[in-house]
Amino acid sequence: MADGIKLENVELRLGTTDFRFDCALPSGAVTAITGPSGSGKSTFLNIIAGFEVPDMGRVFVAGEDVTEKHPSERPVSLVFQDHNLFAHLDLFTNVGLGISPSLTLSPEHRKAISQALERVGLGGYEKRLPGTLSGGERQRAAFARALVRNKPVLLMDEPFAALDPGLRISMAGLLLDLHRETGNTVLIVTHDPKELNRLADRALFIEQGQIMLEAPAEEFLGRRDIPSLLEFLSS
Amino acid sequence: MLLTRGERRRGVAWGLTSFASIALFVAIAVVALLSWDADGAQSRVFTAYTWRILRFTLWQAMLSTLLSVGLALPVALALARRPDFPCRTWIVRLLALPMGLPVLIGALGLIGIWGRQGLINGLLLTLGLDQPISIYGLSGILLAHMFFNLPLATRLLLAALERQPAEYWLLSASLGMKPLSVFRFVEWPAVKNVIPGIGALVFMLCATSFTLVLLLGGGPAATTLEVAIYQSLRFDFDPPRAVALALLQIVITGVILLAMALLPAPDDQGAASGRTSRRFDGQALSVRLWDSFAILAATVFLIMPLASILAAGLRANLWNLASSAAFLAAAWTSFSIALSAGLLTIVTSLAMIAGREAVADMKKPAASARGFAAMLAGTSSLVLLVPPVVLGTGWFLVLQPLGDVGRFAPLLVAVINMLMALPFVMRVLEPAIETHRQRTARLSASLGLSGPSRLWHIDLPVLLKPLATALSFAMALSLGDLGAVALFGSNDLVTLPWLVYSRLSSYRTNDADGLALMLGIICLLLTILGTTGRRGAENG
Repeated sequence: MADGIKLENVELRLGTTDFRFDCALPSGAVTAITGPSGSGKSTFLNIIAGFEVPDMGRVFVAGEDVTEKHPSERPVSLVFQDHNLFAHLDLFTNVGLGISPSLTLSPEHRKAISQALERVGLGGYEKRLPGTLSGGERQRAAFARALVRNKPVLLMDEPFAALDPGLRISMAGLLLDLHRETGNTVLIVTHDPKELNRLADRALFIEQGQIMLEAPAEEFLGRRDIPSLLEFLSS
Repeated sequence: MLLTRGERRRGVAWGLTSFASIALFVAIAVVALLSWDADGAQSRVFTAYTWRILRFTLWQAMLSTLLSVGLALPVALALARRPDFPCRTWIVRLLALPMGLPVLIGALGLIGIWGRQGLINGLLLTLGLDQPISIYGLSGILLAHMFFNLPLATRLLLAALERQPAEYWLLSASLGMKPLSVFRFVEWPAVKNVIPGIGALVFMLCATSFTLVLLLGGGPAATTLEVAIYQSLRFDFDPPRAVALALLQIVITGVILLAMALLPAPDDQGAASGRTSRRFDGQALSVRLWDSFAILAATVFLIMPLASILAAGLRANLWNLASSAAFLAAAWTSFSIALSAGLLTIVTSLAMIAGREAVADMKKPAASARGFAAMLAGTSSLVLLVPPVVLGTGWFLVLQPLGDVGRFAPLLVAVINMLMALPFVMRVLEPAIETHRQRTARLSASLGLSGPSRLWHIDLPVLLKPLATALSFAMALSLGDLGAVALFGSNDLVTLPWLVYSRLSSYRTNDADGLALMLGIICLLLTILGTTGRRGAENG
């Protein structure tokens, strides 16, 4: 179970801020990452994605040591809060780039792209430009790209923060469905305790560049002994 | 309805006055051109001579544009891909420098490097190549246009690249795109929309370039319309030919302006703002080497002429030059013209802005009022359509029967300089004043603040900075300008650029170098003052 994601004595200094992460997250689970703004949630994700390289320690993703690897060589897919799609390219191309970064696609690939769009509820939208879609539809298209990439780990940085509350619930449902189908490991940064409750099997609380708590979601939501966590949960 | 009735009426009156004055000034010049010996001029529009000049004007402008924009692209891509390149901030600042440098002085620097006795030809000679690069003629004009426009195009392209969301670069790295794919899917789509606008702008600048062609071109084989107009009047005294050429010039600029209006306008918002995205693509050694080469080549190309101006200028006896009667007289003339032009520009733009504000404040402006507001905007850019040399030619023809044209020359030069600065100054002042109004108009109106009290307590403290910015920019432009003064320059009217130019023509290059250094530093300081304030005005 521990071959999901492992950060082994990772240390990193950015500017004047120090980060120390040491944890092992089980594979096939949805783990929520929370914490106050500026605590290091995004940095945590960036270390796993390869956008930050630790000064010390090792990073393992899906049992593989990726510490020295370029972001493109790591077995992960990414979903950001916004700008997940290249605005000047249609949905088919945007999703297709997930399969081949030079867009050399076989007929099977093309079929897979259309199926993925279908799966996230955007069937027939191949030729549409991102600008003509709603915020929720754009995030769905980003999910479709993650689907065709078929990587064991999905990293999401507040993917639903720009959506209104009703939409967040249905998007969370879609995410869980896809997660059950693929059995991937999901890491999701969120500011919303309700979202944590809806989605996560486990949760991480980061404060001042350190992991203050790592626990199953139920236990996490019941903890009352960390003041800043309490503040977060009551928000 | 935030202005009082009186304020609105005064605003319209100010706007009307400025509009009428500019329109009249330009119209008199154009009418004088059109009515001058009309038959003679018309039959001269399409002669073998004008045809050749026209062809060369467009041909060199096209080549200059292709070279400037084409070579700017790899430099911009490299700079965007290397946010951590050593001294990157300074290199990006260097890109803004040629725009603030008087054209005449840049040309001197280029001659110092690429001229017959310059560094490059010396190097080629030691390498055993005795085919020197010529700084005169087409190759020199292209080189000089590249010196001024390649950095401009690079800045605009870089700004377009840096406006892309940071996620795009993260995504393309995470998806494993190679440089070619990043270019195809991210970089090219980002720049392809701005390239036509940048191209049109550079083409416009090169098609109407006067000073560079005057210095490096000349001769029937390498003359543009603007220089040909000047030569027709100044050397051959052939007004009909000047008129014919001036009419051609107006048609050409009109067509280019129309094209520019239809294309998306490039802007350099974002460039040099320090906002750089992190890039994870192009880490291969070959890409890194290529980027370093592109950045370094551009940097060296820009720095060498600047260094040459400095080195040559320091060899002159600066103290003697600065205390010489000729310098002091020219400096005084230049300063008076620049200050008059600067103040005139400020007053005219404030009047135009007041007029536009008054119309914007009306609840339901009549079509005529809306048209008036649009016309005011157009008037501020009239000089782009009717270039300084053409204006000068027209007024030359008007004043010539009155006797000595030289008497009116300083005033004419100041007004023409004012018209040249107006489009830029409007771009600084109008947004600053508009933002200020949005912040304070309601409060001022509810407190009943108006007139001198509002001016003193509310407007001046905030607007002083953009006003100073605009003034220093307009003065820098006037101080460095040779175009307007070229037609009227004489022993009675010697400005600093004219002094440099005449020293150069009489082969006193040492003096010219020293004067150029001093003038260049003054203009650069004023421009830096102008541009740093502009960012502040836009952000704050």
